Amino acid sequence: MKVFMLGWEFPPFISGGLGTACHGLTKAMNDMGLKVTFVVPKPVDSDFSTHVKMLSPLQCSVPKTSADKAAADELLEWNNVKFHMISSPLEAYTTPQYYEQKIEELLSQRTPLSTQSSDIEPDVERWLRETEQIEHIANEHYGGDMYSEIHRYAASAVRLAIREDFDVIHAHDWMTYPAGIAVASVTGKPLVVHVHSTEFDRSGEHINQMIYDIERRGMHAAQKIIAVSYLTRNIIITRYGVLGEKVEVVYNGVEQNGENRPLTFNKIGIQSDEKIVLFLGRITMQKGPEYFLMAARKVLEEVDNVKFVMAGTGDMMHRVIEMAAQMGIGHKVLFTGFLRGKDVQKIYEMADLYVMPSVSEPFGIAPLEALNHDVPVLISKQSGVAEVLTHVLKVDFWDVNEMANKIIAVLKYPPLQLTLREHGNFEVRRLRWSGAAEKCRKIYQDILVQV
Amino acid sequence: MPSVCFYFQVHQPFRLRHYTVFDRSPRYFDEFKNASICRKVANKCYLPSNRLLLDVIRRMEGRFKISYSITGVVLEQFKKYCPEVMSTFDALAETGCVEFIGETYYHSLSFLYSSNEFTAQINKHSELIQQLYGQTPRIFRNTELIYSNDLAETIEKMGRFDAIITEGADHILGDRNSNFVYRPPNCEHLKLLLKNYSLSDDIAFRFSNQGWKEYPLMADKFATWVNRVNGNGQCINLFMDYETFGEHQWEDTGIFSFMSHLPEEVLKHPDNCFMTPSEVVDAYESVDVVDVPHIISWADTERDLSAWLGNAMQSSALHEVYKTEPLIKKTQNEELLADWRRLQTSDHFYYMCTKYFADGDVHKYFNPYESPYDSYINFMNVLGNLKERCDESFGGRSNRMLSKSS
Repeated sequence: MKVFMLGWEFPPFISGGLGTACHGLTKAMNDMGLKVTFVVPKPVDSDFSTHVKMLSPLQCSVPKTSADKAAADELLEWNNVKFHMISSPLEAYTTPQYYEQKIEELLSQRTPLSTQSSDIEPDVERWLRETEQIEHIANEHYGGDMYSEIHRYAASAVRLAIREDFDVIHAHDWMTYPAGIAVASVTGKPLVVHVHSTEFDRSGEHINQMIYDIERRGMHAAQKIIAVSYLTRNIIITRYGVLGEKVEVVYNGVEQNGENRPLTFNKIGIQSDEKIVLFLGRITMQKGPEYFLMAARKVLEEVDNVKFVMAGTGDMMHRVIEMAAQMGIGHKVLFTGFLRGKDVQKIYEMADLYVMPSVSEPFGIAPLEALNHDVPVLISKQSGVAEVLTHVLKVDFWDVNEMANKIIAVLKYPPLQLTLREHGNFEVRRLRWSGAAEKCRKIYQDILVQV
Repeated sequence: MPSVCFYFQVHQPFRLRHYTVFDRSPRYFDEFKNASICRKVANKCYLPSNRLLLDVIRRMEGRFKISYSITGVVLEQFKKYCPEVMSTFDALAETGCVEFIGETYYHSLSFLYSSNEFTAQINKHSELIQQLYGQTPRIFRNTELIYSNDLAETIEKMGRFDAIITEGADHILGDRNSNFVYRPPNCEHLKLLLKNYSLSDDIAFRFSNQGWKEYPLMADKFATWVNRVNGNGQCINLFMDYETFGEHQWEDTGIFSFMSHLPEEVLKHPDNCFMTPSEVVDAYESVDVVDVPHIISWADTERDLSAWLGNAMQSSALHEVYKTEPLIKKTQNEELLADWRRLQTSDHFYYMCTKYFADGDVHKYFNPYESPYDSYINFMNVLGNLKERCDESFGGRSNRMLSKSS
């Protein structure tokens, strides 16, 4: 079976869990012998510009540093997965309507008599050439900009797709849904959309209508929808008007931590008898950073030798720093900024407890990673991962009192920490990507039988 | 022969209320929850079962006998929340066909941690039974049938018990069966009554299991199983939780009707009879020694202590409770003593069990907490407050900061 997979990010160019999930899933599919063609846009985010561009075997770029070479080698070892990078998105001087019109045109030419992909290839090429030659014009409106990027990606994906041989299309999150729909329309292959997050998780009730519309269209166009939790499945059914029978739940996994972790490390700026409570994630409304701070203040009323570390960045960062200062606990809260690689590992090694107070979390891979690093975990009940983890502490994100109560208990009673760590680590070993990949394969098989 | 010996365990713990580290109230127990559970179980089980058995005893005119072990903590709750249950037990006691068995008042694991506390709680329980039912228990059963040679020795030394009831676990019996009276290796006088777990569990667990090949179990069929023991056994010890009737096995499974017909069916065979544990002990000599050097219980398939002492939280909570004993006793404060003893009830530690937590089995069903971790946190917060109250009673102020207490 061959899968044409559409993604938006891939390690090391990630801003959240989506890239991690795509990496884990495709790796497991590779091991299982599923042929995957993975299409991602080239990274352009300035945050990542210091890192080399992700390597595509097809483009044969030369790795610049040894670390990147290692990463490249790892990817090259994946015999069954082929990566395609779509060149930097243009801030194209076009309207969304233009792209849609283009797709419509392509479809109209794809008559039942001419199902050969070569027949429409020239048209796709023309379309792409048109977009490439459009002069760069700054676009103030982010949404519009993003929209253009998404459609540029869609057009490129169609170009790749007509030259590829595959059985099923698998699109990850809303950015790739238009591409998924376009590829499905052109090739007639079944579409699976994978919902890692919905607009309601990211924005609460103040949703971006354009994004919602894209999500809704993708979900309705798909033959099957994969939700990362029942929490997300419920949102898909109630908010997007999708029939329940169309939505399957496939939980994320976590990759085995095979590296030997050093036992000694420096706790710079932190006294050795101090406990550390960790928040790791984007500092945005969705992740509930303010509840973490409110709980921290309560904890500090009872316990003194503890520091609260907030690792990550986000649009609420400044507000949260100010909030900590106003609460008078600024000296107890450390901000590390965005961490990656070894730094993430280091911070996990230092932590006594990982807290994920998310207001709405479709899944939440980070707690699995914390458990993989032997760190006990406190998660909000409003997270999908709460459905699969039993050996963790759970709390309603708004129940700051209970959150503090549980944080204190972990700091105060070593047997609690020990039991959570032992059982949690054991439990997380069962949540492997291979299970998720196996479920995806079953879903593919089911829809191919139907078709 | 054989004599069918029924013993029913009656127990409800004082469940704790949600208690955070920020709470300062000296009220630890959830009155509402305890009252409503007590009333619910009374209506589904205790009242209908007591009435049914009372009726059967009267109908059989002294030929049907049973025994109960009722904990002190559940009797306190009956008195407080549903006194009508008390009067039905009174009526049962008056028939002369009902024996009351001794145990620790608080259904505690004190045998494992404090011999002083262990004997004090047994005495407290016996006094209550004497006061309520006019009997001083002659038979002893320990919490969850926890037993070992050492326990036998301790009980023998108390001088007023004739036998101990425990689990007829395969590994202590070897090729023998539980249908005889045995004795511990290190006792002169004491006898052992071992639970026939197979026939007991047929009623307590398998009764309503539609996948069981014997389903549906009728009284006449069960009586034929009893008859089979004839010639190869003295007694059939059917020991089970009283909540089997109406609570674990709901009324619509036919459990009450089964119990109502069982005595007649069993007595159809002229060699069969019903006896209380004391009558069994008086009627039969022990046939052999059963050596139990390591502790056993009736819990789960392991028949060991892992349901109460299986993880670090449980052992820490238990150790911390008994570590407080000198402090509590020094205060000579009855209220603190009662609170402390209620914290010893084994259920609190059972709730902390992580053994089958992820599988969602029987442990979860009886657990008022969302997770074993929540129960441990709650318990430790309560215990922490209790210690503070002790310190305060000496006029001292305890330091609540973690840096000092850990």
